[in-house]
Amino acid sequence: MVSAPKVEVRSLSKVFEGGDHDVTALSDVDLTLGDNEFVSLIGTSGCGKSTLLSIVAGLQEPSEGEVVLDGEEVVGPGRDRGLVFQSYTLFPWQTARANVEFALRGEKLAKGERAKLAREHLALVGLEQFEDSYPHQLSGGMKQRVAIARALSYRPQVMLMDEPFGALDALTRGMMQELLTRVWEEHKITVLFVTHDVEEAVFVSDRVVVMTNRPGKIKEEIPIDLPRPRAHEMLSSPEFGELYGRVLESIRSEAMAADTVPAGASR
Amino acid sequence: MSESRNLSMERGSIERGSMERGPATAAPRSPAPRKRRRKRHEMLRIGGGISTPWFIGIAVAVFALLLGIWWLITATEMVEPLFLPSPSEVFESLRHQIQNGQLWDDARVSVYRVLIGFALATVMAIPIGVLIGTYRVWEAAVEPLVDFIRYMPVVAFVPLTILWSGTGDTQKFLIIWIGTFFQQVLLIMDNVKRVPMDYVNLGYTLGLKDRSILARIIIPSSAPGIWDSMRISLGWAWTWLVLAELVAATSGLGYRINTAQRYFETDLIIGYILVLGCLGLIFDQVMKFLSRRMFKYEEAR
Repeated sequence: MVSAPKVEVRSLSKVFEGGDHDVTALSDVDLTLGDNEFVSLIGTSGCGKSTLLSIVAGLQEPSEGEVVLDGEEVVGPGRDRGLVFQSYTLFPWQTARANVEFALRGEKLAKGERAKLAREHLALVGLEQFEDSYPHQLSGGMKQRVAIARALSYRPQVMLMDEPFGALDALTRGMMQELLTRVWEEHKITVLFVTHDVEEAVFVSDRVVVMTNRPGKIKEEIPIDLPRPRAHEMLSSPEFGELYGRVLESIRSEAMAADTVPAGASR
Repeated sequence: MSESRNLSMERGSIERGSMERGPATAAPRSPAPRKRRRKRHEMLRIGGGISTPWFIGIAVAVFALLLGIWWLITATEMVEPLFLPSPSEVFESLRHQIQNGQLWDDARVSVYRVLIGFALATVMAIPIGVLIGTYRVWEAAVEPLVDFIRYMPVVAFVPLTILWSGTGDTQKFLIIWIGTFFQQVLLIMDNVKRVPMDYVNLGYTLGLKDRSILARIIIPSSAPGIWDSMRISLGWAWTWLVLAELVAATSGLGYRINTAQRYFETDLIIGYILVLGCLGLIFDQVMKFLSRRMFKYEEAR
């Protein structure tokens, strides 16, 4: 079944102009996201994957090419795309619930309705007990769950996630991947997920897009046809191992060329 | 690699182990000669903690020690009392000033001048500082000029301000304003610049307009830092006030010190200097207290 594309990145390039020499971060990138598809962008450090996400978010402008969302060109940031940052980006002066409500300010809602929506979304990520906690009272994983609840609360068309679990410890990261997968399976939404962790990319995605070293291009697209719902036990299945190996092989040759080793390559 | 760096930066405190480990790339060290290391007290380690009773105890002990040295010098008459009167003489003269109501009058006038001068500077510095911290265009227009004026010695403005506005309160406000406003603008600009760019980007992705981002994100995010800058610049305001009162005034704590000098009332001079120190300390503690009340969430960071 081929549905109309939700997001299209068309021959996109990004050049950072810097005094002596320009740096080409992205070169002629084409990428299509189907409706409610979960796509991971994986690549070595500095390959331009975060830049690409930021351009899709409308926070940076492409040097060439365009991003199209639902048939319309993206010209700036907007509420149709929700962003989850690696830095948790919760406001320290607000409680968890107030942080979620902040995202709902723009909407014409009754006051009670806004609080109710915020509570529902905190419950979705298992934080209903912590709605009155301030960010400094929450662990890194909990903060990121609030950030995910916030990004989902105003029902964007696309969720953009920039290494959202990159700052978490391995155990928490695994739990967050499961939580994200569960939430996504229950409430489908189009996701573009940037990571440098191979296992993470294979576990959460419908499709993994491997990028080359700078200048970033699409190297390979690997469909992940693992069944859903997915659970942690799947990590030890041979099917998972095979896909993991394919993605790792693809990114490893890039990493060798760049003389860096991606996370997860040590196993 | 970058992950572990992020984590350790987040912790933000100096860890004991990290110093001994050394860079991962270094060749394995030959085993150091065995030496019994004496366990150092927690307080004496870099970044080590200290309990509140210890903190207060040490602080009070230092005050007491200095007072003791002062008393000893005067009791043994090492220094002539005209130059350094004994603690009891100083407190006696302060008691006298309190009884005849002069200390209260002097302090009231000075506090009034500081508060008005400081408020004028702050009210103007906050919007300008926020603006130039947010928009590079405004920074280009204002920052170099402010930096230039900032380096002009405030003392040199005293004759000019007297010519402009006489020796009354207005001239005191003006000196305090010149001495604090320009510094405040730069401090506030720095506070605003430290607002994480991700906060601003979040605002944009939520569809907020620049004005909302300024009001709802940038200002609340930089408020604790701005308050701290205010606290620091309030101390400077006191300095400039006393300077202005020493040069030309008919009232205030600085004026009283100046007249005391004419009559060789060293005990009064020292007493008033101590009063100024106490007033500064009180203002500082009040600001700190209010900060803890307003920015409770900051404490644990």
